[in-house]
Amino acid sequence: MTLYAALGAVEHGMVYGIMVIGVYLTFRILDFPDLTVDGSLPLGAAISAVAITGGVNPYLSLLLALAGGFIAGMVTAILNTKFKILHLLASILTMIALYSINIRIMSGPNVALLGVNTVFDAVTGLGIPAHYAGLLIFGTFAGLVLGFIIWFMGTEIGQAILATGDNPQMIRSLGVNTDAVIILGVGLSNGLVALSGALVAQNQGAADVGMGIGTIVAGLASVIIGETVFGCQTMARAFIAALLGSIVYRLAIALALGLEFGGFRFNPSDLNLITAILVIGALITPNLKKRLIAR
Amino acid sequence: MIRLKRIVKYFHKGSVNEVFALNNIDLHLDAGDFVTVIGSNGAGKSTLQNCIAGGFFPDSGKIFISGQDVTGWPEFRRAGLISRVFQNPLLGTCPSATIEQNMALAILRGRTRGLARGVKSRDRDRFRDELQQLGLGLENRLLDKVGLLSGGQRQALTMLMATMIKPEVLLLDEHIAALDPKTAGQILGLTQEIVKGRKLTTLMITHNMKHAISLGNRLLMLHQGRVLLDLRGRDKENLTVKDLLEQFYTAQGEELVTDSLLLG
Repeated sequence: MTLYAALGAVEHGMVYGIMVIGVYLTFRILDFPDLTVDGSLPLGAAISAVAITGGVNPYLSLLLALAGGFIAGMVTAILNTKFKILHLLASILTMIALYSINIRIMSGPNVALLGVNTVFDAVTGLGIPAHYAGLLIFGTFAGLVLGFIIWFMGTEIGQAILATGDNPQMIRSLGVNTDAVIILGVGLSNGLVALSGALVAQNQGAADVGMGIGTIVAGLASVIIGETVFGCQTMARAFIAALLGSIVYRLAIALALGLEFGGFRFNPSDLNLITAILVIGALITPNLKKRLIAR
Repeated sequence: MIRLKRIVKYFHKGSVNEVFALNNIDLHLDAGDFVTVIGSNGAGKSTLQNCIAGGFFPDSGKIFISGQDVTGWPEFRRAGLISRVFQNPLLGTCPSATIEQNMALAILRGRTRGLARGVKSRDRDRFRDELQQLGLGLENRLLDKVGLLSGGQRQALTMLMATMIKPEVLLLDEHIAALDPKTAGQILGLTQEIVKGRKLTTLMITHNMKHAISLGNRLLMLHQGRVLLDLRGRDKENLTVKDLLEQFYTAQGEELVTDSLLLG
């Protein structure tokens, strides 16, 4: 793996790390497996791209993307809490609906961001080369999101979210409207995922309706790798682990794609297989460790 | 203090599994009443508590707590008035949160939660003081996750959490039934202490007739969704387990007689 490839992987790890933080919130804290993310990631990209090409400030477009993702998440959570549709199914329904909605937003399957201002211009304008600009911007955003979520989970509302995932009966009997908490939590999660999608689109110069495919798998893989490698003893540590897990995941993928065995090389289309093997590896490692130690 | 008026509740109404869970329950608890509730399985004890707490809405009838009609209030809205402790020690606390986080959740019972810190440093002294009263050494373990505690420790913590903010009504649903005899005794002692010390209006379900007799100032026996016996004062003080069983069978027998008369 070249240094350039490694930097690219770290960069991806950080920007998708924002998505992973969102996935951690639903999947681990709220105990709400949420596939909406496969739709809300391109939703964020689409909103941001269309807004920017329409002349909106790129930073403002990020906020719009966040709001759009938040609403998408709320839809899933409302289907689940108010209409009692199974969470997995509710999120799949929102996800496929978003596919059509995203194409509507972009008036087509993609929008190019060529020759327009993006959040990267502020940094490249200072004379910093493009690949470091990505690192800097993504690192800043990932750090801000990480700081926010750790602060937020320590607030009274954040603690209520934690308790809702852990013991809904208990927190209801302490006066918390668990439906509202789930709607807020899943909304926030998808808002972060959409923000991540918007940043990706601005970096790669286009929003595409297909860019969300496999988001949830990458998210879960990162969460699990993060937990396995860095641990999750406290709330803050768990979120840091999620972000670092995302970076490790992207590095592992880049490493695998760069491998060569004689005449054999992996294709980008082997990515899903590699991801599956990575996740399986991360899932069975703790178990294997225990067994080996027991012997 | 708390008044139930002609509460009726069916489960699975209209199906073959229809259960007449609460049959015209009329009940009035005075402030400071400590009521023990006994009855066989399926008598409606837990259903009665769940109905008061808002786990479901009655098919008909009204519920008043401190003069307010709470019949249509969802469970979380009634939480400001009601505290509950369940039989299962795992239900009352949040395992992945620390002891202080759990207590901080509890002192916000019934209040709007905002963006202030979940655990405030000024509350920690109070948490330690309250935990010290349990005598379990938990005051030195504020940062331990509750999942690490034993069932008895968790139930003791739950009792504390249920009463840190004084509820209008405390509902105890066989809250010592899942504990070993020694721990059960400790939690029962703690219950008496807290209920007496804070003058709480309490409704305690138990399967232990001795406890039902020795604790509290009033005893209810439920059967098939109805209040079969309602004893207080002298009647309750002079009660023995044998009397209680006799009364139970008599009341049941009478009912059988009337039923067979009606049906015959």
